[in-house]
Amino acid sequence: MIAPPPAHSGGWLRLSPLNRRRLDNFRRNRRGYWSLWIFLALFAVSLGAELVANDRPLIASYKGELLFPAFVDYPEEKFGGFEAETDYRDPAVADEIAAHGWMIWPPIRFANSTTKLDPPTPFPSPPTWTLSEAQCRAALAAHAGGDAEKIPPGGGACRDLEPMWLGSDANGHDVVARLIYGFRVSVLFAFILAGVSSLVGVFAGAVQGYFGGWLDLILQRVIEIWSSLPQLYILIILSAILTPSFVVLLTILLLFSWVNLVHLVRAEFLRARNFEYVNAARALGLSDAKIIVKHVLPNAMVATLTFLPFIVNASIGTLTTLDFLGLGMPPGSPSLGELLLEGKSNLSAPWLGLSAFAVVAVMLSLLIFIGEAVRDAFDPRKTFA
Amino acid sequence: MRAAPPLLEVRDLSVAFAQGGVKRLAVDRVSFRLERGQALALVGESGSGKTVTAQSIVRLLPYPAASHPSGEIFYKGRDVLKMSDAELREMRGAGVTMVFQEPMTSLNPLHAIERQVGEIIALHGGRRAATRARVVELLTEVGIVDPASRLGAYPHQLSGGQRQRVMIAMALANRPDLFIADEPTTALDVTVQAQILALLKALQAKLGMALLFITHDLGVVRKIASDVAVMKEGRIVEAGKVAEVFANPRHEYTRMLLAAEPKGEAPALDKAAREIVKAENLRVWFPIRHGFLRRTVGHVKAVDGVSLVVREGQTLGVVGESGSGKTTLGLAILRLIRSQGTIVYCGRGIDGFSAKQMRPLRREMQIVFQDPYGSLSPRLSVAEIVEEGLIAQKTRINAAERREAVARALADTGLDPATMDRYPHEFSGGQRQRVAIARAMALDPKFVVLDEPTSALDMSVQAQIVDLLRELQKRRALAYLFISHDLKVVRALASEVVVMRRGEVVESGPAREIFAAPKSAYTKALFAAAFAIEADASGVVSQ
Repeated sequence: MIAPPPAHSGGWLRLSPLNRRRLDNFRRNRRGYWSLWIFLALFAVSLGAELVANDRPLIASYKGELLFPAFVDYPEEKFGGFEAETDYRDPAVADEIAAHGWMIWPPIRFANSTTKLDPPTPFPSPPTWTLSEAQCRAALAAHAGGDAEKIPPGGGACRDLEPMWLGSDANGHDVVARLIYGFRVSVLFAFILAGVSSLVGVFAGAVQGYFGGWLDLILQRVIEIWSSLPQLYILIILSAILTPSFVVLLTILLLFSWVNLVHLVRAEFLRARNFEYVNAARALGLSDAKIIVKHVLPNAMVATLTFLPFIVNASIGTLTTLDFLGLGMPPGSPSLGELLLEGKSNLSAPWLGLSAFAVVAVMLSLLIFIGEAVRDAFDPRKTFA
Repeated sequence: MRAAPPLLEVRDLSVAFAQGGVKRLAVDRVSFRLERGQALALVGESGSGKTVTAQSIVRLLPYPAASHPSGEIFYKGRDVLKMSDAELREMRGAGVTMVFQEPMTSLNPLHAIERQVGEIIALHGGRRAATRARVVELLTEVGIVDPASRLGAYPHQLSGGQRQRVMIAMALANRPDLFIADEPTTALDVTVQAQILALLKALQAKLGMALLFITHDLGVVRKIASDVAVMKEGRIVEAGKVAEVFANPRHEYTRMLLAAEPKGEAPALDKAAREIVKAENLRVWFPIRHGFLRRTVGHVKAVDGVSLVVREGQTLGVVGESGSGKTTLGLAILRLIRSQGTIVYCGRGIDGFSAKQMRPLRREMQIVFQDPYGSLSPRLSVAEIVEEGLIAQKTRINAAERREAVARALADTGLDPATMDRYPHEFSGGQRQRVAIARAMALDPKFVVLDEPTSALDMSVQAQIVDLLRELQKRRALAYLFISHDLKVVRALASEVVVMRRGEVVESGPAREIFAAPKSAYTKALFAAAFAIEADASGVVSQ
């Protein structure tokens, strides 16, 4: 009797040496590694956007009752008003709650589409830290409605203004809040688009590459015709017919983006289906589905994973472009492209264009750095050397 | 009078490769000398540093990753390691030339051979007008038939042997003093190998150049070299005249190499044994399509009307040159490619079976492939590789039982079961081939196709694998279909032999009879090339 060594426990977390070496390679690329962490941190913050930038307090205590306005809608009735929804930024409500309890606000007291009611200057108003003492004083005076008692005497008028770190746009929305929400939408949109189009693309490529023959021939021609359609014009036409929304845009873009990976995966499958270990698996009596999943797909996944960050980048670019052209998400939805468009329309307000540009540039650069690191980590010349 | 310096003298040469900050010594203080007209063979197994030694003579190593911690190389009294780039170029094309193992990749696929050979002549100062005549002359010299009509041919239109001849023509264009041949015949068929060796020998005698021949095959050494240096792990362990070293090997390793040829004899053919596989008039034709409508205008007859019988506990050897359809025959019998003709397995006709009907039979019919590097998935551990068939075939087996079965299969093939959770890259070529055999044996097959299972391995490992296969056969009464171009291995295993050429059977019968007295001219030429490395002049074998 020959006793086998005890089986490893640890389940799927046990990495094969090949993957371990890839992980090491990825870590060794400092730029990509740090980019990943920075990107993940930014993404995590933007996922919790409601906790960071919101026009409702996170927690409030009113007459001994603990309230969570950020998560629960309380009618204004509760605080002695009559509206269906409470505007916590309304001084009347704020004063009422302050009198009978307290509120904990998120660091930024604006949501994506909160309109600033008492702007220091006409919209778009610049970041508050750029305002001069005289401007602040004038703003406070305007809010007080001529009531000079409300203006604190002496300097530091600007400290009493509600801070808007990057100013507001032409509709009185806070730019920081818009950037955070816009970042989230862009990244989520791109992840979903890249994920779904990779799934479809890998499947189509796998079927073509593995089975070959007529199926491959016909599907290839279909893809050639399909991808030679003028995408942008079709997008413009479609968005004129359909009301653009997150899901509609995703679907339209998906129609064209799935072809990106097909050629790559198909080529990988054509190569891998004649590998000797694939033949060996066939000789062992494995079914086609099992061979594809276990032996051929992992080969194609290297190419797919390598491309994924770049596809995500392209998706972000496409969404931003469409929004910039006014063909994207409906007005009022958080969007970096729309902010860029506003920057273009208000050249006298450089904080709009500059901050949107900076966010897009940093986001795309981080993803590119991560993509490069992933590509190098999967490079067989480096893994097998 | 001072004696002229030797043509080539290598003194205490070491080569180190830096990899991830660690320096690894590939060649360790090697010394030898070579005079005009002398033929020195560097022999050793893969990884022994023979190619690296040769490449450092022409400084072709990937510097600065490679470095020479010690040593000097004198070519005509000048130190090669201190030469300037201009001097090196001058030496490389004209004084010292090199031919590599792989004729497939050594020629540029985009240029016709006239241009490639002509380039060398032009580079080292030939007259333009005379170039074409000179190219024809060179091609004639290396034995290309009708060279004038082959000038416009591209590498893919030539056979492997012809390509290697073109490479030799290029190397000889400027009449070098030293000719380095790095396993020039390893990728070729035995018949072609014999021709190329005969050619090299004749050319060396005619031109009086020195020859540095690198090989792992001792038979080749005996044929071509006057002197031999045996390398092991970067060191020359023994050197001397070929006759002396082979007659009286002093070093243990040389003795081991000399004894490494596959030994033992196969059991005699037993006609009474049960027929496991029987194929009749088996054909695999690949259609050649032409034109817009892809009409079939003809067929490539990879296997054309082959009949054979494989019996329980016995081996049927299938021999032939590359392209003779041996591998296709093996795949067709296992129904891994489409074929016509009847295939009977244990009394059941399986030629009409669908992939699904074949699946349960896969357990009993297995295959071992040639390349142990390609046939094992680098992503799976050895245990996962070996248990794959068990999962596919025996669904009612739990994980613990599977690991036991894997351990048994590994132990049967001479591997330590404790290593079953390691990955293929941690194993040597021979151990990988054992894993591949274990994968086939784990299913307890009755019939195994062995498709050149020893060709990718070192000589000494080949002998071990042959012993292992024979032992497994004896213990389990396995029927083997053994496909190989290596007749020595076939002789050690097969009781019956089929000789194939261009898809057809040239000769078949009991192994002893065929090896003792081959009947057809083709078989005779094949045997002469394989056993005595004699080239055939009658023209029955391809060039």
